[in-house]
Amino acid sequence: MMFTSNPFAGLSASLPTAVMQTYVVIMIILVAAGTLFDIVHKGSAKYFFDNWRKSKGKVAKQIDGGEWVSLAVKTGLVDVLSSGEFCNARRRVAHLLTMYGFLTYFITTAVMVFGYSTPATPAPAILPLLWWIGGLMICLGGYWFWFFIRVDVAAEGGSPFRIMRADLFILSLLGSATLGLIWAYLQTRGSSGANVFFGLYLIATTVLFGSVPWSKFAHMFFKPAAAFEKRVSYANGTRSNLPAPVDKPELFGSAREQPRHY
Amino acid sequence: MPTFVYMTRCDGCGHCVDICPSDIMHIDKTYRRAYNIEPNMCWECYSCVKACPQNAIDVRGYADFAPLGHSVRVLREEAKATISWRLKFRDGREKNFVSPIRTTPWGSIKGPAEYDAPRPEDFAKQELAHEPEALKIKGGLPALRPDQLKRGGV
Repeated sequence: MMFTSNPFAGLSASLPTAVMQTYVVIMIILVAAGTLFDIVHKGSAKYFFDNWRKSKGKVAKQIDGGEWVSLAVKTGLVDVLSSGEFCNARRRVAHLLTMYGFLTYFITTAVMVFGYSTPATPAPAILPLLWWIGGLMICLGGYWFWFFIRVDVAAEGGSPFRIMRADLFILSLLGSATLGLIWAYLQTRGSSGANVFFGLYLIATTVLFGSVPWSKFAHMFFKPAAAFEKRVSYANGTRSNLPAPVDKPELFGSAREQPRHY
Repeated sequence: MPTFVYMTRCDGCGHCVDICPSDIMHIDKTYRRAYNIEPNMCWECYSCVKACPQNAIDVRGYADFAPLGHSVRVLREEAKATISWRLKFRDGREKNFVSPIRTTPWGSIKGPAEYDAPRPEDFAKQELAHEPEALKIKGGLPALRPDQLKRGGV
């Protein structure tokens, strides 16, 4: 059964397990190094903490220990786990599909490569199944975003096939998931084209994890920090310099007169 | 005072791109966030400032009004039909303004697509679409009867 067979165990006949494991480790190192380089090169962490320090002197209300925990929990539950910062419901659903799809896809890949990489150590059926579900969730959320939600397409009427640097992350992610699923499907069927798609899958995956300094991959690390800072600024009264909410009742049509054009 | 976008606040939803009458709010090609491509061509209508759900768009004050180091922040509250401005000058002074921005509740005005499509015979009439109802004049649109018209010599 295609959805319950471990694609990496099938691959172990032609590729040693140690090579697969080394590749996964290199990808993790590339993400860590790329993120650190990104932070240093753009000075984002320096800006973040300078801004934090500057706003400290202007706080209207001190935050106590319990409130810090509550803000951190709210950030984790609302902004991170349920993508609460999105104002557009379609974008939020597409992001949730892609985010949870990627996490499922990546974690199951790592578990299967490190724990069940040969036919001698069969993986529980749930692992390959989750790998497939994760890949399909990435494709569903990603292609929905790419063809229908992307602002260049939805708001500016641009062609979905016009590619720019901002597309590096989403395209390499979609490439990795799509080509990985095609490779797994062809390998299960014993097709000779499986090797070609495995090569393309490796290229897309290497681009995805190796292009962190140039893509928006690192947003999964700095976005939660920015969301937490935003919540803190509302709690301590600085509100990022925004005006306070108005305490006036709504007032409609006060200056309106009947038209007297005739 | 042209507008600019805080890239860290913007989530690239495209509301400002949709609403900008000058079509100068675009999506950045590297980070997929909105930006004002040509501040010189900004009408300063602040439609984008008011439309931004993330409060990510601000105003860069002219030097004579607010020298460098200032902050002009805007908060739109749909339910209260207000827009608030908070100006912080670099000498520490602060000014707050609140203005009403609507005469009807938010969401109460029907969009063109929510009206019935005009019938073919409507195109031959003098009235514009949805008139006379849309004029909101009691008793309908006033018009002269034929016998009230001044007759010509011919």
